[in-house]
Amino acid sequence: MKGHNLLVRLVIPILALVLGGTLVFAILDLAAAPVDLRGMVAARMAVSGVTHPVTAVLLNFRGYDTLLEVAVLLLALLGILAVLRPVATTPVSRPGLPVLETLAGMAVPLMVLVAGYLLWAGAHRPGGAFQAGAVLAAAGVLLHLAGRLPAWVSPPMFLRLGLGFGFLVFLTVAALLLAEGALLRYPPAHAGVLILLIESGLTLSLGLILAGLYLVLAPPPRREDGGGEESGAP
Amino acid sequence: MTPGLIFALAGVGLFVLGLGGVILLAQSLRRILAFNLMGSGVFLVLVGLAQRDGNPDPVPQAMVLTGIVVAVAATALALALARQFGDREDA
Amino acid sequence: MSGAFDILLALALLWSAWRTLTTQDLGRAVVMFIVFGLLMTLAWARLDAPDIALAEAAIGAGLTGALLLDALGHLGRKGGRRRP
Repeated sequence: MKGHNLLVRLVIPILALVLGGTLVFAILDLAAAPVDLRGMVAARMAVSGVTHPVTAVLLNFRGYDTLLEVAVLLLALLGILAVLRPVATTPVSRPGLPVLETLAGMAVPLMVLVAGYLLWAGAHRPGGAFQAGAVLAAAGVLLHLAGRLPAWVSPPMFLRLGLGFGFLVFLTVAALLLAEGALLRYPPAHAGVLILLIESGLTLSLGLILAGLYLVLAPPPRREDGGGEESGAP
Repeated sequence: MTPGLIFALAGVGLFVLGLGGVILLAQSLRRILAFNLMGSGVFLVLVGLAQRDGNPDPVPQAMVLTGIVVAVAATALALALARQFGDREDA
Repeated sequence: MSGAFDILLALALLWSAWRTLTTQDLGRAVVMFIVFGLLMTLAWARLDAPDIALAEAAIGAGLTGALLLDALGHLGRKGGRRRP
């Protein structure tokens, strides 16, 4: 058995080195790309509705991928809620440290402001819905660590509405545009407004989903006292 | 040697490291870390190869942005699964 | 000159990844992973991808780090489930 283990620990790194070497050779040997996506994006920036190319690609040219991505995020959160057995029926807050509470009190309003700025700035400089949503989620995590926000056991209705809101806004816009023509083909005159609308919904939902990924996993482990508190709130 | 090429090669190294880690490591948490390393390696290859001539390319950057967010959701789900069904502690 | 910085950064990435996987202590492995995330942020900045750098710092290093640290608290010393 020990010999078998040694063989595995020798063979796998050697195979890994062979794979790595092959990939390195392939990369160094690569010819120039036949498709010039960069040029295609640059040529169509005028009709995209924003001036920052990454935002244009994310929300306009490849908007369908972003729509599906938000659905995947929601599915992951639902998966976590389905897998975890509830350990407490009432939401659990951590005890807060005074310094952390003060810091959270000062930092969280600033973080909300920064998130708003990132959302607005995404149209013409680096930023956008994902970065803004991440900052909001970080504010949520900070509030939980300071003891102000309880961990999620089973989200109440308004939270569930908030989680699905961004995806629903995006889906509604996509469906309305589908009725007019192709999926997610924004009319160039209104593209900027539509993108801002979709990004606002996405920011709210993404902040809630990302914070939710943390807050659902946050409750402390079950205490070793016979496990009486079983029933989870529906 | 443009930055794109350098980081693409680093991405290959990260991918191979992560792959070895997923295969060889025993604990769930370490496997999740190794899997994230593979993901980061793939992102570096994606952007690095597209930008190996030196100019920023928005399409793979948007794809990697999507990828990072999906990766954190997958990590959270993996951690939840590891907590419920993961390796048992030895007595 | 900037090529040397890029090569150093790439080597630091590979080194921190190696240390993440080979440290004995799980807590140290998670910390090395957060360090790896921050080095990735620098790499994205070098690749002219500020959007990705912002997202990697907030989500890749920050949120994933918080999730992993919380998971550490739930697992036992050897990294398995606590006995129910």
